Amino acid sequence: MIKIEKLVLDKINSTYYSGKKKLAVLKDVTLYVQPGEFVSVLGPSGSGKSTILKTAAGLLRPDSGKVLIDGEEVTGLPQLVGYMPQQDLLFPWKTMWQNAALPLLAAGVSKNEAFDRVSEMLPLFGLKGFADYYPYQLSGGMRQRAALLRTMLIDSNLMLLDEPFGALDALTREQMQDWLLGIWEKFRRSVLFVTHSIDEAIYLSDRVYVITERPGKNAIEQTIKIDRPREKSILTTRDFTIYKQILINALAN
Amino acid sequence: MKKWANIRISLPPLVFFVFLVGMWELVSYITRVPEYILPAPSLIGRSLFANVSLLADHTATTLTAVAGGLALAISTAILLSLAMDRWKPLKQALYPILVVSQAVPIFALAPLMMIWFGVGLLPKVLIVALVCFFPLAVNLVEGLNQVDPEAIELMKIMQADSLMIMKSVQLPTAMPYFFSGLKIAATYSVLGAIIGEWLGARAGLGIYMLRSMNSFRTGDVFASIVVVVLLSLMLFKIVEAFGWLAMPWKKKISDYNEE
Ligand SMILES: Nc1ncnc2c1ncn2[C@@H]1O[C@H](COP(=O)(O)OP(=O)(O)OP(=O)(O)O)[C@@H](O)[C@H]1O
Ligand SMILES: [Mg+2]
Repeated sequence: MIKIEKLVLDKINSTYYSGKKKLAVLKDVTLYVQPGEFVSVLGPSGSGKSTILKTAAGLLRPDSGKVLIDGEEVTGLPQLVGYMPQQDLLFPWKTMWQNAALPLLAAGVSKNEAFDRVSEMLPLFGLKGFADYYPYQLSGGMRQRAALLRTMLIDSNLMLLDEPFGALDALTREQMQDWLLGIWEKFRRSVLFVTHSIDEAIYLSDRVYVITERPGKNAIEQTIKIDRPREKSILTTRDFTIYKQILINALAN
Repeated sequence: MKKWANIRISLPPLVFFVFLVGMWELVSYITRVPEYILPAPSLIGRSLFANVSLLADHTATTLTAVAGGLALAISTAILLSLAMDRWKPLKQALYPILVVSQAVPIFALAPLMMIWFGVGLLPKVLIVALVCFFPLAVNLVEGLNQVDPEAIELMKIMQADSLMIMKSVQLPTAMPYFFSGLKIAATYSVLGAIIGEWLGARAGLGIYMLRSMNSFRTGDVFASIVVVVLLSLMLFKIVEAFGWLAMPWKKKISDYNEE
């Protein structure tokens, strides 16, 4: 049997045009995610990480290069994937459960069934009892979990997460990382995870791509061979420190 | 808690208003201004109660024109702004004309309505619709413009159809704008109906006002002004209540911000 990658970005070149100005953002970016793999994209701010995810989701059509999902070319076509944008984008006019249920309703699931399926997941996402809260009534961490729940309910086993914990304080962020790993081990989806935190990338991933400053190019690709399940104690191990050194060097060019 | 705070806020103007009316009463009692020039509040009150059923009839006529005109304005504004949002060339062609059309005073248009459609209900409905349409349409267009393109992208990823995108993103985004337009429209609407009636009608508050004026029953003129003010206020409050019902998230957010 030929192994088919879950997601492939092949030599993506991308430019933003605003009026007459051209801004080259991605240059021959190439990456892949295997089924069930957790892959991170690490890069400085403005290097084009969000652009990579939008391209993978089919929201942006690159100047050249291909996007393949399950071996099929889908370049520039919005795909049914678990895409979580950098701003959580919970709709302020919908309650937490209504927000989370959007992908189910879009898929034609009835309101009652959608409510049941969302309710079922609430304990796991630490949102039990908050179904009828509006987003502004939730804490930052809860909002991120609600957005992640919505993302999980998109019927796809590929998730594209854009700095889901970027806006959180350090403590909440670490809790959320452990929680995300738990969820991931339970559902084993393929994940492409954008971050600019080195620790977060190592802690979570099977593999890390480092992207250079704009225009974003592949710098290095580093496999993280640390056993799972992982816990915070690995942060002080020798392996972890070595990986960290490698990634720091790669980011510094 | 919130309710009490609101009442406390509206108490000072109320007290001041009562004080003003009291002064008015006092001054007209002392100076004995002829009542056809400035009737005392007590006289206005008496005129109100003496003509309650007559005033109610005229109010009903005016309200019919107001309701019809508002309904017409709301439906046209919604349809047109959705169309303009959907087809940008239409917006580019139509929107400037809309804005310029506001330079034509309603006092100039109203007589035309009479010439074309007579003195029945229809011309009043049209005048009300004309004055209400603009604030509604402008606010709706502006509201639909505020839609976050990323929200639309997210809905597309979920493979939502355009009806669902409309219902879950575009309409809720435009809703607060719609209601601020509707508040303005609601207050304009009574004015529009009265202007229409002034130019020719068989019944309505405008006609009652005109007749009272022509026979120097100034107390009755003031009585009809009171009714007009109450009517506008009531419409405004109704719109506000609908806004609260339609946007539970807004109400809570503003409560939250005030605290
Ligand atoms: N819609 C757009 N139009 C024009 N330029 C854009 C647009 N979106 C992003 N850019 C530019 O492209 C570059 C890369 O943006 P991108 O959002 O992909 O970076 P990023 O790596 O995600 O940054 P961050 O870590 O700050 O989120 C930036 O310089 C940005 O200004
Ligand atoms: Mg980004």
